[in-house]
Amino acid sequence: MSKKAIVYINQFFGQIGGEDTADYEPTIHEGLIGPATAINAGLHADVTHTIICGDNCMGSRTDWAVEQILGMLEGKEFDIFLAGPAFQAGRYTVACGTICKAVKEKFGVPVVTSMNVETPGVLMFKKDMYILQGGNIASKMRQDVKAMVNLANKILDGEEIGPAAIEGYFPRGIRKEYFRPDKKPASERMIEMLLKKVNGEPFVTETPIPKIDRVPIAPAVKDLAHAKIALLNTGGIVPVDNPDRIQSASATRWGRYNIEGADGLEGGVFKTVHAGFDPAAADADPDVITPVDALRALEKEGVFGTLHNYFYTTVGTGTTESEASRMAKEIIPYLKEDGVDACIMVST
Amino acid sequence: MVKEIERAGFPIVHMCNLIPVSKTVGANRIVPTISIPYPLGDPGTSKEDQWKLRYHRTKVAVEALATDIEEQTVFKV
Repeated sequence: MSKKAIVYINQFFGQIGGEDTADYEPTIHEGLIGPATAINAGLHADVTHTIICGDNCMGSRTDWAVEQILGMLEGKEFDIFLAGPAFQAGRYTVACGTICKAVKEKFGVPVVTSMNVETPGVLMFKKDMYILQGGNIASKMRQDVKAMVNLANKILDGEEIGPAAIEGYFPRGIRKEYFRPDKKPASERMIEMLLKKVNGEPFVTETPIPKIDRVPIAPAVKDLAHAKIALLNTGGIVPVDNPDRIQSASATRWGRYNIEGADGLEGGVFKTVHAGFDPAAADADPDVITPVDALRALEKEGVFGTLHNYFYTTVGTGTTESEASRMAKEIIPYLKEDGVDACIMVST
Repeated sequence: MVKEIERAGFPIVHMCNLIPVSKTVGANRIVPTISIPYPLGDPGTSKEDQWKLRYHRTKVAVEALATDIEEQTVFKV
């Protein structure tokens, strides 16, 4: 039996109308409409349905529209979900990202879309899915559809998906080890880059530093003497049996450990699993990374109110920004739940 | 992680050794530590010295949380 796909497009490409019909409520149609025809032509799957939704409807009644569409998809068989291509149409890119993310989360199927780099959809969703780097105007339809179909076919055929720069999608902030086809070791590549740099020639880094994203300064704690403080670390301090199996590098897991009543962390009870430094000092005395002893003393002296009953741990080496950000978001509810006022993060 | 936690509204102080990394990434309150493997206590020194250093820097960090700042700040230790 051949595989099945469903395509999402907006009111314009769905041939409903232009800006005046941007409030168009979602509908599902058997068969192919607009770009779905072009997608279907090259795809290693049959596009069975086309979903159409107005960009404003998706933009301003997002939750409702998503719910409608997820309802339409309920019970339908599909192996992949494609949206767009959305070019440089801001709302359409956000709509494609929104629905792809929702479909991926609800049905667990792979999703593929395409957007131009200069759109909010890319910023908002590039970490969540494959977004092909698309053209800026609809006349790029042919090549953008082709790029989507090529990647979708690789997914459908179970082929290995290569890195972003080669496959043409926006980097998702994921690092993956693989063997380069040319087998050229890092040392040679590095020297080549260095020589190019010294000679003033252009070169391409293999580890681009992500653009800086600033966070507004949180207001200071007003009443330190009654504040509850939580301790976190990226130095890998865990109970000796590492119950959460936090990885020694490139961590994707974190843990929280009870320190209620503890006047410090003892070696032999806690240790570090961090692989990025010599663990001897921290294994002997974990307080050199997680200063529970000092915090307890400061608490007793009344410098601050209370120490939150858990400290939080992950390993910072090789850990991607996207994983770190996800782990922090998973930790935050625990801090809120216990009324934590402020945090200390120790990094190694 | 520091940024996500601050984004959620918690004042947070980053105790770390690699100050430029912390600054580049965007921590707002930063307190320097002494090394990577032992941020808060050099095992080559006496237990008492380690404790003094750790107590002092942790106190600076706690107080940093109650200090209003206008811009990214590395606190003196």
